[in-house]
Order: sequence, then C-alpha cells, then structure tokens
Amino acid sequence: MTTAVDTKKLTMVQAVTDGMRVMMKEHENVIVLGEDVGQNGGVFRATDGLVAEFGENRVIDTPLAESGIIGTSIGLAINGFKPIAEMQFLGFIYPAFNQIMTHASRIRARTLGHFTVPMVIRAPFGAGVRAPEIHSDSVEALFTGMPGMKVVVPSNPYDAKGMLVSAIEDPDPVLFLEPMRCYRSTKMDVPEGKYNVPLGKAARLQEGNDVTIFAYGAMIEVVMKAAKTAEEKGIKCDVIDLRTLYPLDKEMIAESVQKTGRAVIVHEAPGTGGLGETIISLINDTSFLYMKAPIERVTGFDTPVPMFALEDHYLPSADRVVQAIEKVTQF
Amino acid sequence: MEKLFPKMQIINENGEWNDETYRGEITEELTKELYTKMLRSRLFDRKGVNLQRQGRIGTYVPFEGQEASQIGSAMAMGEGDWMFPTYRDHAATMTFGHSLKTLFLYWKGRQEGCIPPEGKNIFPPAVPIASQLLHATGAAWAEKLKGTDRASIVYFGDGATSEGDFHEGLNFASVFNAPVVFFNQNNGFAISVPIEKQMKSKTIAQKAVAYEMEGVRLDGNDVFAVYFHTRTAVERARKGEGPTLIEAVTWRYGAHTTADDPSKYRNQEESVNRRETTDPILRLERFMKNENMWDEKWAADLQESLTLEIEAAVKEMEEAQAPHYNDVFDHVFAENPWPIESQKEAYAHSRGDR
Repeated sequence: MTTAVDTKKLTMVQAVTDGMRVMMKEHENVIVLGEDVGQNGGVFRATDGLVAEFGENRVIDTPLAESGIIGTSIGLAINGFKPIAEMQFLGFIYPAFNQIMTHASRIRARTLGHFTVPMVIRAPFGAGVRAPEIHSDSVEALFTGMPGMKVVVPSNPYDAKGMLVSAIEDPDPVLFLEPMRCYRSTKMDVPEGKYNVPLGKAARLQEGNDVTIFAYGAMIEVVMKAAKTAEEKGIKCDVIDLRTLYPLDKEMIAESVQKTGRAVIVHEAPGTGGLGETIISLINDTSFLYMKAPIERVTGFDTPVPMFALEDHYLPSADRVVQAIEKVTQF
Repeated sequence: MEKLFPKMQIINENGEWNDETYRGEITEELTKELYTKMLRSRLFDRKGVNLQRQGRIGTYVPFEGQEASQIGSAMAMGEGDWMFPTYRDHAATMTFGHSLKTLFLYWKGRQEGCIPPEGKNIFPPAVPIASQLLHATGAAWAEKLKGTDRASIVYFGDGATSEGDFHEGLNFASVFNAPVVFFNQNNGFAISVPIEKQMKSKTIAQKAVAYEMEGVRLDGNDVFAVYFHTRTAVERARKGEGPTLIEAVTWRYGAHTTADDPSKYRNQEESVNRRETTDPILRLERFMKNENMWDEKWAADLQESLTLEIEAAVKEMEEAQAPHYNDVFDHVFAENPWPIESQKEAYAHSRGDR
C-alpha cells in the first residue's frame, strides 16, 4: 500500500520558505526576524510572502545589527519563543559571534538546563555565485568548534525543508547553513506539509566500494561530477553527503570507510581547522586498521576567500577531486 | 546636559527631605524594609570579600557603596518580571529572590549559582559587558508579544555604555517599544578607567535622547530616589509607553574584583571620605533618626539576625555536596550527542569509574 503525498517542484530557497511556513502555521511561537526579511522577503527571497501570511509581529524587519538580532533572539527564546534569525550572509555573522559564543551556545550548560535557547540561525554561505567581497565565506568550523551549537547544511531542496523542520523542532540552537550555489540550481519534488529529515544523519548519494567521498552543501554537485568521471575510469565511489556537521554521523562515516578503505574529503572552507581534520580523526578513532591509503583532502586554502575574479581557483573543482580519488586508489 | 538631566534626589546626604512628592508613601515600614535589605546586602558583600581572602571562595566582585541603586531598583520590580544582572549585582538579585546560598555558590565556582529559584526570572550574571541589554530587550519584547504587562530590568555599568551592544539594546528596545528598564550604575570606574576616559558626554542619561527614550538621572545613593523613579519607569513600561534609561550615580568603595588593587588607579581617600558623607546606608540611618524611626535596639537586633542568616548561608554553601563531573557533560544539549557521550565515558573510564 502506498500513500499518495502531494509534492511541489521547488528550488532550495523555496523549500526553505516552505519549511518556515509549515512550522509557523503549526506553532504560534515560531517567529522570523532579520534584516529585510519582511516586506522585501529577504535578499534571497527566502522569507517571501511570510509577512503577508503571518503579519509583522511574527515576521520582523529588525534594525541592521547582527548582534542585536541574535541577542534579542536569545531573550525571546528564553521567554517562550522559537526565533528563526536570518543572517543575511554567513560572512556578516561576526558581530554576533560574542552573543552566540558566550550566550546562545552555553546558557543551557551554565544553568544546568534551567534556561535554554531553542533557536535557529539561518545563513546563506559559500562562494561561487560571483558575490561581492566577504559575502562568500565558509566559516562553519568556527561553529562546529563551538560547544553547544549544532551545525547543519542541506544540499538539496528536499533535505532543506526536512532539516529546517527538524532544526526548528530542536530544543537547542542550530546554525542552519544554506549554500547559495544550491539556492536555485535545481528543482526537486518536495512534499507538501510537514516532514522531518533528522539532524545528525548523513545520506549516501551513491554506492561504491573503491573510495569514499565526504562532502556537504555546494560541494555535493562538484563531487558527484567527479564521481561520474571516476566511474568512467573504473573507480566506484561511495558518496556521502554529511548534512550535519555537528554532531557528525559517526556510524555512516565509519561504515563507509571500513568498506572502501580509502577516503577523500571535500569542503570549500580552509583546510586548516576545517571539518576534514575532524573527519580524519574520527576515521583514525574508528577505522585505522581498515585504511589502505592516506586520506586526501580537497579544500579551500588557508587564505581569505578571494574576490570573485579568483574564486574559481579557490573553490575545489571536480578535476581536483578526481586527482585526489586517483591518488588514494593508486597508493 | 547636567541641567537637562538633573540628579534626582528625595533625601539629601544628611537624611533631610529634598523632594516631598512621595512623603505619604515613605512610611516607617517601607523605610525599615529598605534599610534591612541594604544592610543585609552589605554584610553579605563584606562576608564575600572575607571568604575570598580566606581562600574559601574564588574571586569575588564587591558592590559595597552601590546598595541603594541595586535595592531601590529591584524593589520596583514585580512578580513575573525579568532581571538581567551583571556579576556585581547581588544586592539586586537577592532582593528579587535569589538565595544567599546560591549567590555564594556562584563565587565558589558552582553552576548552581546561575540557577534562580523556581518562578523567579533571574538570568545568570552577564560576564561579557553589555551583551545582556539585548537579552533583556528580547525577553521584554516576548512579554509584549504575549500581551502581558511584565517588564525587564537590566543592570550595567558606565563602561558598558561604550560597547556596541549598549547601542543595539537601546535601539531595538526603542524601535520595538519593549518594556525594559535599562538601569545603569555609574560608579565612575570601569575597572581602572575613569568615566572621563570612557565618554565625553556629561551624563549617561542624555544618551536616551538618541533613542527617543525617557532618560532619568538619579542620586544612586538615595534609595528612595532610586525606588520611586524606577517604579515610574516600570509603570511606564507596563502601560506600553516604552523603555527608560536610568543613570544611577553611585560609587564603589572597593576594588573591581578581589583580584585588583584600587589604590593603583585612584586615590582611595575619596572612598574613605564618601563613607562619611554620601554612603547610602548611613544616609538612611540619618533620615530615620530625623524622622524618629530609629531605634538602637532594633538596629542591633537586625545586625545580629542578618549576621546569623549570612553565616547560615555560608555554612550551607560549604556543606553543599561536591558537584559530580557528569554536570560537565550532561547539560550542553537536551540530549548528549555522541562526541560528548564518548568523552564522558572515556573520562569516567580514566578515573576507574566504569
């Protein structure tokens, strides 16, 4: 027996809007706040139509102040609300860093659970869309290294809506990163109404026995292209979309590398201090004796993201990923 | 600006009437209640400094001299209201409901010191400067959205006005008409830096003008001025008339914390002189004597019973069961994610506990 579920073809940014709409309909305490999120519907239209549907008390154009947005969201969250705070770009989150690091992420721990901050911080991020300076940063590791924060990154419209629903239902602060390159790159059938994609669970996008590729967000498109090229060369890749960066899906990471014995990790954030290092240590802890080759990383460089005339040099490309796949398989 | 924002006073340093507007409300009962709370907090504070000197607690942050500011303002708050203190505001939080034991536990490095009694909305002390102004604004805004008449009060010092979050807190509260009282205790120093190096403005209250907000400047050592003017601000907030910035001009006699030496950055003669002249508790004693409310036996009994209460709290603090290391791990998230769970297990194993 199958149950027919109505679906709509949506881009990722539309799926994000739909996720917020579904949760705002279901829970009166869910509110959206940020710069230009009201009348303008957000600079990427992620909140398009929400102010018309839910009113100005629930979809709030705030003053232009990131620390103010996060700081007041903390006050709202400890007092019964579930704020979804939009940072216009992840590269603009830095003024709010103090509020996130010293308050949002640790109020539960400081008070042994008496006060909690159930809130979602949404932020578009990443390079590759020819954006102006500072708009293209990938600083997810600043937050995966911050005790008390969950960090998630969907790579497609279905996951975006289902993970946003889960993030909104989560009792703790969640940083929900939205890769700008994926906002309108594809449309996908997305179920109407509410569904969950659980946090903390990766997804296997392609089954293979020769080498595991770990990636997330906008790098998924790049690694899928590389996996196709590798397949033409007779190398079958297990492609894992990590989806949640803290906490990582330890089981799937270990299970995959224990099968393949080889791994390539791809992210556009800088190599040093990046997720790749965390994944290597996880593999070391769980699967050392299974490995047949040193793990390769294809990452952004330890440099500021350059202005866009140079960003294609900075971003991991399918070619670089294919070279890494060949290196680990030929070791 | 000092003319536009005069330092409001109800009784002067000699305990004489300066403004009789609230004379009918200043009963012996209220006066004695305020005196009791101020003396209680002062004895607590002196005990805190002594406990630190004896190595029985960690670093302590004294507030002696600021009792009227903290107690007068806390007395103006009601059931269900919110309080966002700094680390120097125990006189306010004990007046609003924190137990003395909890406050001592905080300085003994215990997480329990951050937890208010059930039903009391007291946030843990803000350690980063001025960040709490936004929390107070957010919590007050939540009350407004819920349609209640509850309000927030947030404490901060003169140094905090230099931070960006001071501006953002006042601006958000002003834009969203949030029911907040921004209660500044201007004690003249941010650790060692005097207010003249902190700002060129003559008053802090005048900064309210930039936000179309009520700004009030008070003699922060006159407990009546603090209580009645804060109460007016709270009433305004409850009626939906928006936030208020209050500047209570006061003085801390001692160090910033027990870890610094104030004689390095200011002449402590002034603190000695101020104890004889502008002290908030001495002023109330003078007032009570002038008004025939003073009773030596009452005062002596009070001193004794408060001392006993504080000693009992110290005992409770010292007898509190040592915390279990599970508390390090078990409250970061609602549910421990696997990295924390595996670190917890490994730590327990390293101790031979499992």
